[in-house]
This record gives sequence, structure tokens and C-alpha cells, in this order.
Amino acid sequence: MRRLFARTLGLLPLAALLLGPAAHAQSTLDDDRVGLAAGLFDAEEAIWNLRKISSTPPAEDFVGVTNSDLAFKGDYAIQGNYNGVMIWDLSDPARPELVTEYLCPASQSDVSVYGDLLFVSGEGFGGRLDCGTQGVDTQVSADRLRGIRIFDISDIRSPEYVANVQTCRGSHTHSVLKDPNDDENVYIYVSGSAPVRPAEELPGCASGTPDENPESAMFRIEVIQVPLDNPQAAAIVNSPRIFEGLTAPEEHGPAPADIRAMEEAKARGAYTIVIGGNEQLVPDRYVQMLLAQMVEARGGEGAPTAADSTMLREQMQSIAEERFGISAEPSEGREEGPGPNQCHDITLYPEIGLAGGACEGYGLLLDISDPVRPTRITAVADSNFSYWHSATFNNDGTKVLFTDEWGGGGQPKCRADDPKEWGANAIFSIDDGELDFESYYKLPAAQTATENCVAHNGSLIPVPGRDIMVQSWYQGGISIFDWTDPQNPVEIAYHDRGPIDAEQFQMGGSWSVYWYNGMIVSSEIARGLDVFELVPSEHLTQNEIDAANTVEFAYLNAQGQPKYDWPPSFALVRAYVDQLERTGRHSAGDIATARQMLASAEAASGAQRRQILTELADGVAAQTSGPDAAKMEMAENALRALAAAS
Amino acid sequence: MTARYALRPSLVLAALAALTAPALAQTDALSAEELEALYWARQEAATQRFTDADVAFMTGMIGHHAQALVMSEMAERNGASPAVRRLAARIDNAQRDEIETMQRWLRDRGQPVPEVHIEGTRLMIHMTGGEGEHAGMDPGQMDHGPHGGGMAHDHGSMPGMLTQAQLDELDAARGAEFDRLFLTYMIGHHEGAVVMVDDLFASDGAAQGGNTFKVASDIQVDQRTEIARMQLMLDQMPGATD
Repeated sequence: MRRLFARTLGLLPLAALLLGPAAHAQSTLDDDRVGLAAGLFDAEEAIWNLRKISSTPPAEDFVGVTNSDLAFKGDYAIQGNYNGVMIWDLSDPARPELVTEYLCPASQSDVSVYGDLLFVSGEGFGGRLDCGTQGVDTQVSADRLRGIRIFDISDIRSPEYVANVQTCRGSHTHSVLKDPNDDENVYIYVSGSAPVRPAEELPGCASGTPDENPESAMFRIEVIQVPLDNPQAAAIVNSPRIFEGLTAPEEHGPAPADIRAMEEAKARGAYTIVIGGNEQLVPDRYVQMLLAQMVEARGGEGAPTAADSTMLREQMQSIAEERFGISAEPSEGREEGPGPNQCHDITLYPEIGLAGGACEGYGLLLDISDPVRPTRITAVADSNFSYWHSATFNNDGTKVLFTDEWGGGGQPKCRADDPKEWGANAIFSIDDGELDFESYYKLPAAQTATENCVAHNGSLIPVPGRDIMVQSWYQGGISIFDWTDPQNPVEIAYHDRGPIDAEQFQMGGSWSVYWYNGMIVSSEIARGLDVFELVPSEHLTQNEIDAANTVEFAYLNAQGQPKYDWPPSFALVRAYVDQLERTGRHSAGDIATARQMLASAEAASGAQRRQILTELADGVAAQTSGPDAAKMEMAENALRALAAAS
Repeated sequence: MTARYALRPSLVLAALAALTAPALAQTDALSAEELEALYWARQEAATQRFTDADVAFMTGMIGHHAQALVMSEMAERNGASPAVRRLAARIDNAQRDEIETMQRWLRDRGQPVPEVHIEGTRLMIHMTGGEGEHAGMDPGQMDHGPHGGGMAHDHGSMPGMLTQAQLDELDAARGAEFDRLFLTYMIGHHEGAVVMVDDLFASDGAAQGGNTFKVASDIQVDQRTEIARMQLMLDQMPGATD
């Protein structure tokens, strides 16, 4: 549609003129993380609103080889490494105990658990069925493993390698889906963009576009079904082509600098129109041209009058739509091209029946209510995004955050002059099956050219009533930020080390960091395993931390996102009270009264406790209104649940 | 840093053994210094494993990337649209970093390293370093002088490379015509890089040591993603045929 406009004027599409680079926001140099001294195990560190509980170097066989992703089961953290898997007992997080080191090389050794099964991804060419470390010398070999290895970890100190599922492109990452309606199987979605194997090595593998070859292993994902009582029968059950017909237009969400520029221009009287759902400035030369035409149309001469300007301002949108064929609504995109080739990662959120697919140039929202047959709901592209890498939903499934692993993770993309919108997170709200861009978030502190740094893996921290995430930025360290207001994400804690080496680039940093049962556990590519805990600050109270720590899981795969539910507790109610106080909209008296009543209730027991809590709940209910109504309702519900449990 | 050059031979041997042998028996925990020495020894050891195809790929891809820099630098001065300027700026940033990565890869393995010089549309590459005096991908054809169009010439056989005439044609274009030509040529250029990675991956024993697989596959997925993006941009240009 835009093309009509462009042809009419013989100029570039208006959208292209308007969507140009605004002044890029850039990282700050005024930060404790800037200028940290280098070192492998003795780098200088900066830490804010966190406490480091322990740092443990890798086991000897794994030192100097990349540590990758993490999964958790019970007291154990399972850490992937390009040389295999390490399993740590974290029952004393100050002294992680290495209980298992399983040498079985594969990149990237992405790990997941379910029940007594451990799944490990193999993608590179050197992975072997026999776990040998010698690599594979020929392009076609019966010894090669590319796909998913399956281990029985019923004795976690002695994993038993029970099965493989070989795939045409191997497995860069994978996600395990436990369908709430199926207790006999789990499903593994396999992602990765590596080359297709020769058919001589794995029969049936073919590359090319689906038009050229309907059997092509490109432009599709693999769904593996794993029967829980017979993992040896695990097999690919579907290869859905979820990308077909995907041509979402290339645009980008407005960065804060763009928004400021827009507001300033409007304050100066600039004309704006809405194209494809985005408000955009109309270049002055079009305005002048249209004004001149209006003067001519009314048979006048000379400069346009104020009346001409007013009329144009009122009619700008309809003129643009009629004469130039643009549309205020986002376009549907044309049905052509096979779309992206593969996904890098898919985050499954079975409780809400959705998945976020990060797939080359697109972010996808998928319906996974039928686990074998995922379907695409919508897709977004963003011209500031290089390579869509991973997704994290907020707990209630109304927002999703995608990461851009610009440069693949091996490049220093957080230097002071790298744009803040590149290699960042993009936050979208989910509205009736559509993804609406809200903002970008990138590590605020500039890093050096010898530190690989870009947005990477993370998870939610279950602080009730807020959306808080902890995220790895490789050698940028870990950053914890609040994205409750999706347009204004704010950093609230961090940890960073200096580079591994001051002069020479060396790959390192946090690959993954996830919250698990009160711990924040980070897999450091070169340094090993770090464990942290939150400490209270102006951004987070002890009550909020205590409430988060009431959430306990039996296991965690961050890419199989669990829904957090908070058991009734005084900490939960107090966290909400703290949050209501933080808004500044409630009287000190009301807050103090609520706290006194909670103290009395906690000191009491049985019927007396119930009575105080119910009284407070009724009091909150009576005042529930205004901008904090939702939060007050959460507080009321938490009070009634606590009363019921008393 | 210094630890790398002050390794005790026993640790180097231990590291090499660890790369090729099954699990070592768990011995007493190593001290931080010993772990660090082992770390650097493994970094060294990881660079010992490479094939001629790996070296040829890295060497060639530096020249290939360098031509993308020549093209991208034109966007600003040739009146490209903001969208193309944004794309070109990111290609420039990304490929500059990747060139450094590949140069480091070659240097770490004692191979000759192509150094890139750009003057306008002229790209010059000269080889530095290497353990043997005669080392080099094809030193006889490398342009050592400051005058001349070396890469377009010498690397004409690499897929997707533009000729000097095509570079000059691109540099003469302005505005929308520049955009169209830039996207068209860059798509072809990127497709060539994708083929180069495919060729590398199709050779026996390639891309298994150190970070070779990662470097090559990161290049491939980035460029494949960018090809799709550029094709969309081209399709949306005025005068594009449906």
C-alpha cells in the first residue's frame, strides 16, 4: 500500500523516510561497572543490591571449555559445558558440591530435566554417540551425534545414557513441554540454525526451500515425543512449518530518543499521521507541497493562511490515506517467501497455552494448546533487532520480552558507542493475539572491547505484584530489572566482573542466570558457577524478597516457563503493603495501621488471627479504587487466603 | 595474561591429555593458580586443532567482510534512506567485529593475518605474521601495495564478491538508486558468505576445534537473517514488482 504513495510522488516510501535513525541512546560510562580490573578467577567485581554467596570454578575436565545453560532439579543445578555436564548439589549454596561430572562433548550442551530424565542438546560436528572427545574426522560418519541425548538421572550421581534422537540440523537449544493434559509424555521442541546433515549420514535429511523440496529440514521446527516410561522410544512426531507466509513489515518500535524527538516536533507544530499503527512526523516538504495545493484548490495565491494550516492539520490523516494509499492500521504483510529458516529458541508457557519463538528475524507468538501441532498466532519484526534469540513471558502472560543476540554472543556489543537499541531486549504487550511494542532495555553500563556482551538468557524473579527479571549479558555480567511498566524498564540490581583479559578478547561471562528457590544461579562461561541472593534496597524490600522466596519448585527449565503461585504468607501481604507505600498514594497512617494489624495477627493464632486478617481484608476492600485498585485487590485476596490458612 | 606464557610443561601436557582422553581421575582440588594455568593451557590447546579448510575460510572471509565494509561506508555519503543507513551501520559494526575475531583466530594459530585497508571504493589487503616466511593463503596474488583494488581482483573467485566496476557503479549511485543497488549487491554478497560457510562445513574434519564452528555458524545465521530483511526492503521499494 505504501508503494502507491511513493509512486504518486516519485519518492521513497514515506515510512522509509520517517523510520530513520534518531539519535541513538548510548551506554553510560558513569557506573561502578566501568573500568573493573581484568582477571580470570581474580577479576575485580562490582555488585549492587545483591550478595554473592559463592563462586566455584569448573571441575578440572571442564576448565577452559565453555560453560553453557542451566537446569534445576531438587537441590541440584545441572550445568551444561561443551565437554559434557556437571551437576552441583546446592543444598548449601555457600559451598556447591560437585556430585557428577559427565564427560560427553557436544556444543552447546543445552540442558533440561523432567522427572528422572535429563536432555542435552548436541549441534556441532564433533559430538559422538560414544561421548568420545576425539571429534569426528569425516563429513559423513556413523559415529556422529547431532540432536538430543537422553539420560536417566534417577541416580543423579550416576547418570545413565539411555537414548538419542538424531535430527537433521542437530539441536542448538531445545525446550521441554509438559502438557497439562498429558501425563504420559513430554515434548521437546528442537531449535537451531546449523547446517543440514547429508542424507548419507542421516537418511531423509534434505535442505533447500520447501518449494524446491517439500522434505527440506529447513524452515521448520522438530517436535519430539518422549514417552516417560519408555524414553528409548523417543522420536520426532511432527515437523511443523510455523513460518510459512511470514512477511511482517520491517519496522522498529520508537526508542525514548525517537519519542522525545516526536514530542519536541509536535510542540513546534509539526504535522503527524499514523502509519501502520505508529505515529510519525510528516516531512516539511510534503506539508509545504500540500499547503500549496490547498491554496491553489481554493483559487487563492501566495502564502497559505492559518485557516489552510488548520484544515490541513485536521485532514492530514485522511488525505494521506486517500491520496497516498497509506493505512493507519498495521499491514497484514504479503503472503510470500518461506520466512525464517529456524528458531534460535522457543520459550513454552503451557499454563497459558502460549510460546514465544525467537526465530532469526522474527519474534513469534505460538499457540501450543496442542503440543504436537503448534500454530503461529502472530509475528513481529523490528529493524533494530539483528537476531531474535529468546523469549520470557511475564507471569500473567500479558507481556513478553524478546532478546536480540546481535553478533551471536561472541562479540563486544555493549561498548559506549554501540546503540542502546541494538543487542537489547524488546518488550511487547500481548493484546488479543497481537504483540505491541513497548520499549527496549539494554545493560546500562558500557563494557570494554575485550568483553563479549549482548542480551542473553534470564528468568523471572517471583516478586509478587511486579515483573522482575534477572538476565545474563555475558561479560556485561548480570542485570536485574523491573519491567512492570513495560515502557519504562528500570535496573534494580547487578553484578559484573572485569574482563578475563585486559588486552586480548577472551570469551566469557554469564551464559544463563536463573532464579531458583531463593537463589540466583549463574553459569559463567569461563569462571564456573556463581550463586547470589537479593538484598533489600530502595527498589526491593525484605518483605518482597521473602515473598519471592516462598515460591518453591521441584525442578526448573527456564525455557519451559512455570507459572508462579504464592502460598499464603505474611510476607506476601507485607510485600503488597510495601508496594502500596512505594506508590506514595496512601497515607502513612493507613500503611502503619495495616502493618500493626499484621503484627498483631502474626502474634495471635487460630480464630483470633483469622479475625484480625479478615478485618484488615474488609478494610482494604472498602478502599479499593483508583490507580492501585488491582494491587489492593491482590492484597485483599492474599489476606483472605492467609486467614483461610490460619 | 602472563600465565599463558609461563606455563609449566606438565600442565600443558595435562591439558592436551584432557582434550583427547576420557575423564581424568579426580585428583585433589587444584589451586586457583593451577586452575588458571590449566585454563590458559586449554585455550592454547584448542587452537592446535584446525584444518586447511578452516584457515582458508577465515582468511577468505576477512576479505569478503572487508568488501561489505567498503559498500556500507558508502551509504552515508551517497544519500541512502534512513532504513538503508541503519542497515549499513549495523553491517559495518558487525562485520568489523567479525573481522577482528577472524584475525585473532588466525593469529592464535600462527597463520598469516590479512590486514584490511580501505580508501574510498578501493580495498587493499596485505598479509602479516605467520610462522613461515612463505606462509599465506596465496601470497603471490595478494596486493602488498597501497594502490589498488586488490581484493575485488584477487578474490574474484569468492562467491558474492563484487567486481571493482560494480563497486564504482554503486559508489556513483545516489538516493533511491543507491538503495536499490546496495540491497541487490549486498544480498548477493551475503549469499556468497552463506555458500562459503556451507563449503567449509562440507569439508572433512572442518570446524571442530576451538571456536571455529561458532564463528562460522554465527556469520551464517546473521547473514541469512539479513538477506531476508534486505529482500523485504527491496520488495517494499517504489517500483518493485509484485
